[in-house]
Order: sequence, then C-alpha cells, then structure tokens
Amino acid sequence: MGSRSELLYFAWRNVKLRIGLGILLVFTLAALIGPYFAHHDPNAYVGPPGYPPSAEYWLGTTTFGQDVYSQFVHGLRSTFVVGLLGGGIGTILGVCIGLLAGYRGGWVDEILNMFTNIILILPTLAVLIIIAAYLTVRGIVVESIFIGCTSWPWAARAIRAQTFSLRVREFVDLARMSGRGTLKIMLTEIAPNMMSYLFMVFILQFGGAILNAATLDFIGLGPTQGVSLGLMLNNAVLWAALQLGMWWWLIPPGAAITAIVGALYVMNVGLDEIFNPKLREL
Amino acid sequence: MARYLSRKLMIYIFTFFVAVTIDWLIPRLMPGNPVDIMVSRMALRADVAEVMRSYYLRAFQLDLPLWQQYLNFWAALLRGDLGISIWLFPQPVLSVIARAVPYDLFLLVPAILLSWILGNQIGAMAARVRWLDNTILPLGYILTATPYMWLALLLAWALGHVVKIFPIAGAYSFNIRPHLSWLFIKDLLWHWFLPFLSLFLVMFGGWAIGMRNMIIYELEAEYSRYLGSLGASQRLIRRYAFRNAILPQITGLALQLGAIVAGAVATEIAFAYPGTGYLILQAVQNQDYFLLQGCFLFIITGVLLANFVIDIIYTLVDPRTRLGMVGE
Repeated sequence: MGSRSELLYFAWRNVKLRIGLGILLVFTLAALIGPYFAHHDPNAYVGPPGYPPSAEYWLGTTTFGQDVYSQFVHGLRSTFVVGLLGGGIGTILGVCIGLLAGYRGGWVDEILNMFTNIILILPTLAVLIIIAAYLTVRGIVVESIFIGCTSWPWAARAIRAQTFSLRVREFVDLARMSGRGTLKIMLTEIAPNMMSYLFMVFILQFGGAILNAATLDFIGLGPTQGVSLGLMLNNAVLWAALQLGMWWWLIPPGAAITAIVGALYVMNVGLDEIFNPKLREL
Repeated sequence: MARYLSRKLMIYIFTFFVAVTIDWLIPRLMPGNPVDIMVSRMALRADVAEVMRSYYLRAFQLDLPLWQQYLNFWAALLRGDLGISIWLFPQPVLSVIARAVPYDLFLLVPAILLSWILGNQIGAMAARVRWLDNTILPLGYILTATPYMWLALLLAWALGHVVKIFPIAGAYSFNIRPHLSWLFIKDLLWHWFLPFLSLFLVMFGGWAIGMRNMIIYELEAEYSRYLGSLGASQRLIRRYAFRNAILPQITGLALQLGAIVAGAVATEIAFAYPGTGYLILQAVQNQDYFLLQGCFLFIITGVLLANFVIDIIYTLVDPRTRLGMVGE
C-alpha cells in the first residue's frame, strides 16, 4: 500500500472528516445552486412585511418584505468568498513570514518576530473597525483582503517554530551545499514537509475569516452593496426582529455560520488524526 | 523575572505606539476626508462651502504639516483629550467612554474568569471520563464555532421572547433610575444575566476543548509514564498533568483577549447593553469618528494592560520564567 492510498484509506475511515466534509458540501451546494431557486432579488421589497415562512417565501420575509431565503443563499456565497479569500491571504502571509523568519534566522527573524508579536497583540477587530469605518464604499473583496492581512500572526508563529526544527535536518543542509537559493529551499525542501500542517492552517484561517467578517458585518461595517449573513443579523437586530419574534430572520444566518465554522473545526481534528499516526483510533 | 517582564513591557509600549499611529494615520490615508463629508452634508453654495472647508481645516488643524499634526495628536492624547463626540454633542469622548467602562468590566471580568476556570476544570475531567468526553467535545466544538452575537440573539429569543423570563435589552429597566438599592441591583443583575451567559458559553467551549487536549497530551508525556511506573497514584499524576497543562491555557487567554473583546462588542450590540460595543455601533451609525477612534484606543489599552497582568500571573505560576530559564 503506497503512502498516498494509505492516507486516503484513513481519510475515508475517519468519521470526523466525513461529518465535516458532508456539512461543508451541503452548504457549498446551497451557495452554488441556491440562488437559482430564489425567485426574488435579495434586496428588493417584494412581499408582505414580516411574513413567516410559506410556500412563496421559503424563509419568510423581513420587516420590509424582502425575501429571507434569497438573502440567505446570496449571503452564503459571500461567506464562502470571504472564507476562501481572507483565509487564503492569511495563510499565504503566515507561510511566507513564518518560513522566512524561521529559515533565515538572525536579524531577519528578530524584525519579523517583533512585527508578528505586535500584530498578534493588537485586537484584530478593533483595527478592522477603524479601517472599515473610514471606507465609504466597501465590498466583500476589500473586506476579505483586510481580514486576511490581520489574521496571519498566529500562523506565522507556528510555521516559524516548525521551520526552526526542519532547517537543521540533513536534507536541507544537502540542498544548501548543492548551491540552491534560499527561496528554492524554502519552497521545495521545507514547505512540502509541513504540507499537512499548512492545509490545517488554511482551514482554521478559513473559519476565522468567516467569523471575523460576520462580526464586522454585524456591527454595520460590512459591504455597503450586496448581502452577507452578518449583515442579515445586523438588519434583524436594528429592525426589531427580536421584539417581533421573527425567528425566521434571526436563526438561519447564524445557524449557517455556526454549522460551516463548526464543520471546519471538526474536519481539522479529523485531518490531524489522519496526518498524525499517533492520534489514529484503530 | 525583571528581565522577562521588562522585555514584555517594551513590546507592549511599542505596540501601543503602533496602535496610536494607526489611529492617526487611517483617517488621513483613506479616500474621502471627513471634512469634505461634513461640508457636503450641509448642502451649501459652492463659495460658502469653500469658506466652511477652510475653516474646518484650520479648526481641526489639518492645514499644518503632517509631522506637526502627529505631534499634536500625541500631545492631545496624553492630556486625555480624545475630541468631542458628535453623537452626544458636545460631550467629550473620554467621558462618554468612561461611562461605558463599568458595564464592560461588569460583563467581561466575570465571564472571562468563570469560563476559564470552569472550562479548565471540566475539560480536565473530560479527559478521563468517557461519557463526559463524548458530550463535552461535540458541544465544545459547536460553542466555539458559534458567532457570539448569534448565541446572544438565540438566547434572547428563547429566554426573552418565547419564554419571557429575562429582559432582552439595556442594562436596567427604563423606568428605574440608577441608584443604590436592592431593587436596582436586582434589576441590574437580571439584565446582566443573558449577555453574561452567552459570552460565558462561547468562551467555555474553547477552554474546555483546549484543556482536554492538553491533559491527554500531558498524560502521554514521559514524566507521567515514569510516575506511573514508579507506582504513583492516578490522582497524583493527574495533578501534575493539570499543573503543566494550565500554562498554555494562561498563554491562550492572553492570545484570545482580542477575540474575546470582539465577542463582547457583538454581544453588547445584540443586547443593546450600554458598554463600549454599543458605543461603537452608535458611532458607526452616526459617523462619529472621534468616538470610534476613542473606543479603538480604549480597547487597545485595555487589551495591552490585561496582557501585562497575565504576564505577571504567568511568572508567578511558572517558576521557570521567574528564574530566567525561558529565553522568550
């Protein structure tokens, strides 16, 4: 049995991974095809205000008569965009800074480490609030970029520590002796040896970006045009969904975020068991 | 120990410096400066608008060279002058924030401490009791994945709307004026409970999972095995494991502070609880930039101070840092 097929074998046997992937798949499908089943524009005032779920409005309507189902599936899309983009940027920045600091050491490490520590202590959301408040036009892409640019420090720290232990190995010495460049060694010798870890970093960054975006949108600093799950919650609170008991407006957005982020966390634990033979339950 | 703490303190001072610089820089970097927005909102004739514009530029000292603006910003800050709130004109930002702080502390301190202590205890228990592990672990993952504001809304809807037990907004009833009496204190606690509970639950999940994993890791460590082979009781081994596992949890608390503050902001907004989070919502809706920047600085300062307190506690708990055996 080759090592790849062995990994796949354990991946398939892992219940946590299957549950996580399953939930994620359901929501991905909902985000991809859901909007085609929406009969109404997410922000258009189409129906009777504050109407509970019915055959015409699957998830009811808002105080203004907007279709909650349509908002929900479109919001799911922006959630995945923020997760992929914000999580991706956060991972890439974390990997680059962590690898560079760990491999080069010396003053490069000193400076990068100082920088990492400072961004690590700064409360991310406070910084995001200040930036977003001064942007008069905000989009999902810009939001994701800012989220990615502030979420990398813990990843950089962990990758730096791993690089430290990898760079003294023989195969890295050999590559160095054979005259390979720093960048090449970092990307072809060191990074592949922690690929499984990098993948897990991406999953956690993905979930973190979604949660950060939801909080930012909830404060009212989300996209000025368009829909997102956090924005739905923000509007629901501002327009008294709670006092009027409009549960169909309050519950779906948060339930979706919880399910997606929870699925990512469970997947992460499952992957940890697959990549780390010590944790496998045989 | 002094070396360890002074090094940490240096990083915090430097971070504060960076934060203040961000606070100063962002409004000047972003497109569309606030003065233009303010003038355009007055809808004046073109020539009058120009006069107003230059008046405001001078009033806010935006006509000075940048380095002088920066120094003035620091000077004002050190005098405790954070500007005037636009939302609650003409109250100074500092006094607006000062009124919100007690509510923040009242909510956050018990929620953080209780969730951390209970989370660690229950997590450690889950590491050795099978049924507890099977319930706490999935529950913990669901709780940590929950956005703070959604759990807040869920609790408010379930316990405040469907079953009308708890109030869903404010820090005290609108028909009571704050005063020192049993009636008021009861009312205050009644309003405090749901925001507290939702913060507590989300944080609790994270600590319980963290502690459970750490304990399992420690029980597999060589020293635990060695103690076991010496014939030490399980209780003793677990006590050692717990004391070792608590250290990363303390560091984790410091690292989580930013996320916790974000959660508190969202929770306060969900419950219209008059802390800093609620101020931020009002500042955003009223485009009150001074108030927003004041809240930003307040949050940063709070997080940095809390970090330093945790560092001091860490040196007390971990003898290695006290004796200078840890490099960091």
